Amino acid sequence: MSTKRLIGIFAIGAATVAVIAIAGLVFSTMGTFLVKGLPNITWQLLSEAPRNNNTEGGIFPAIYGTTLLVLVMSILGVPIGTITAIYLNEYTRAGAVMPRVIRFAVNTLAGVPSIVFGLFGLGFFVQFLGVGLDKTFGNTEAIWAKPALLWASATLAALTLPVVIVSVEEALKNVPQEMREGSLALGATRWQTIWKIVLPNSTTGILTGSILAIGRSAGEVAPILFTGVVYSLPQLPDGISSQFMHLGYHLFVLSTQSPDVDKTLPLQYATTLVLLMLTFTLNFAATFIRSRIRSKQFR
Amino acid sequence: MEQVTTPSPAQKHSFVRKTNNIGERIIERCVKIIGGVAVVLIFLILLFVLREALPLLMGAFSQPRTAQSSVESSLSDTLNLKPEVYNPDVILSEHQAPEEFAPEVYNPDVSVPATILAEKVNTRNEADGDHITLANILGTIWQPVSTMPKFGIMPLVIGTAKTTFVAIFIGAPLGILAALYAAFFAPRRLREVIKPMVEILAGFPSVVIGFFCLLYVGSALQNLFGFDFRLNAFVGGIGLAIAVIPIVFTITEDTLSAVPKSLLEASLAMGATQWESAYKVMLPAAFPGVFAAVLLGIGRAFGETMIALMATGNAAMVSTSIGDPVRTFSATIGAEMGEVIWGSAHYSILFFLGVLLFIVSFTLNAVTELFVKERLAKKLQGG
Repeated sequence: MSTKRLIGIFAIGAATVAVIAIAGLVFSTMGTFLVKGLPNITWQLLSEAPRNNNTEGGIFPAIYGTTLLVLVMSILGVPIGTITAIYLNEYTRAGAVMPRVIRFAVNTLAGVPSIVFGLFGLGFFVQFLGVGLDKTFGNTEAIWAKPALLWASATLAALTLPVVIVSVEEALKNVPQEMREGSLALGATRWQTIWKIVLPNSTTGILTGSILAIGRSAGEVAPILFTGVVYSLPQLPDGISSQFMHLGYHLFVLSTQSPDVDKTLPLQYATTLVLLMLTFTLNFAATFIRSRIRSKQFR
Repeated sequence: MEQVTTPSPAQKHSFVRKTNNIGERIIERCVKIIGGVAVVLIFLILLFVLREALPLLMGAFSQPRTAQSSVESSLSDTLNLKPEVYNPDVILSEHQAPEEFAPEVYNPDVSVPATILAEKVNTRNEADGDHITLANILGTIWQPVSTMPKFGIMPLVIGTAKTTFVAIFIGAPLGILAALYAAFFAPRRLREVIKPMVEILAGFPSVVIGFFCLLYVGSALQNLFGFDFRLNAFVGGIGLAIAVIPIVFTITEDTLSAVPKSLLEASLAMGATQWESAYKVMLPAAFPGVFAAVLLGIGRAFGETMIALMATGNAAMVSTSIGDPVRTFSATIGAEMGEVIWGSAHYSILFFLGVLLFIVSFTLNAVTELFVKERLAKKLQGG
């Protein structure tokens, strides 16, 4: 056997090892959290509030807070992302300057570290918009000029904007050009074509984009650190101006800052598993819908 | 003569009927305005992160601020109870007379005669400004919560460099090799498995990866290599590598599959082995894409917060060993911003770190967008 062959076999072997290592990583983490987390997931855990300085009881407020957060986030972020995608795909030509600038901005936005989004949320939403709102309404005590659910959601919406834009654009591209031309040929205006033909045919894409954005943002902790999350709350958040608890942040504090980390280990495993299940369900749903769209396209 | 109007590039279909409906016009105007929101957002991020960091850059900490002084007075109250006060600055606020504490203090400043001390009381606001000179920022001690705060970012630079280096050194080869495998060597069935598997890895929230490193990777590596500390730069780097692998894999795999198949076929037909074709023909053809993948991987490792916060040990020390705990830029912001007083020097320097993070990620992205991707497009078209 020639050395050429040997090198080839060795290299392919290395590539195989890389794949096996990644597979091992995925399965060991998933397996660990499934095995350790599953026995600790009880109805009590999912439905009750924490007790005794968060060392006992459930994590319901954290689940509630996370859900609320991503819901407000999608209400804020998905329309803006969809409109940007419509603008990019329906109103501009690929080679023009404006879409190139916007695409560059979108890609840059996707690369900005999440902690910088957190700083931005604190500096812009809390310190600038919040203070401005309080001044406008003449509030004596800070209602908006403090970390709140609304500001955390807005920060996450900014963070996930690229995800929404890219997914919706893909869906818009999948709408056959003939349909647009047919509509325009019948005398419809551009907006009528978009509203009546393009959008109804890309709802699944918009849905995928929203789900992916939610899945991405549900696990993000860094952007909400200073824009609204708290470790413990006396009651559930009662509006968008109140603070909230969050699964990821709960896990972070339990595993790093609590005085007796070992005592709350079962709680940490359970929280991890709930968080993982949440993000994976969303990701799988998005992947599923997307593959349905793609297979439809080829039919 | 009538001027010939060329259709604007924005008009995809020049035969589109212009709408007379005012409502539609307003909607279209709104779409065009909102379409630019991503650009605006980039500017807003830079503007507002910079705005909060600006007092530091301008050296504008000489004017007193209410929030700061109130905290200082409360700080001085608490400090007064403790015997060990190693800096007079805080206690030199309006409430205390310098004589009260002088004997217990082991800062050399105290031995200065009382007249100069009194002068210091008067000028203490300027003295506060001295804490954030350039020399202070470039120093080797990061000790922001102290009566004489030290904001030397060198330990953070070293810490970030170490973890990023480990992450790329481990994550990039794994990602690239796995992508090569998935693109060329894997049977079709297996390929269908590898991609979703990496997507699962990409879907892990970073706080979960951090938790995993904190619980298992730290102890495992300590047993294996005998590190002095359970959580250190190496553990953090491994955690970051887990976050980097999916990025490198996905982009590399995308570019590899975009390389025309004819190249591979030609190479194989010339008698090259499978590996030679992959390594000497396909990989060079896709090189700009692989390069972009590594750059974006660096960006991710550099800016990742939660993993760095949980798995690196978080000690801002200057050392060259990867077995020592480190503290990264982003982890510093994440850990300290929660306890900082809004508007203080510490607050500003954390925003300054944010500006640095933004600049680095922006540069990495600009390089990939402007240079790498265009080259790739040319190369693939030429191929």
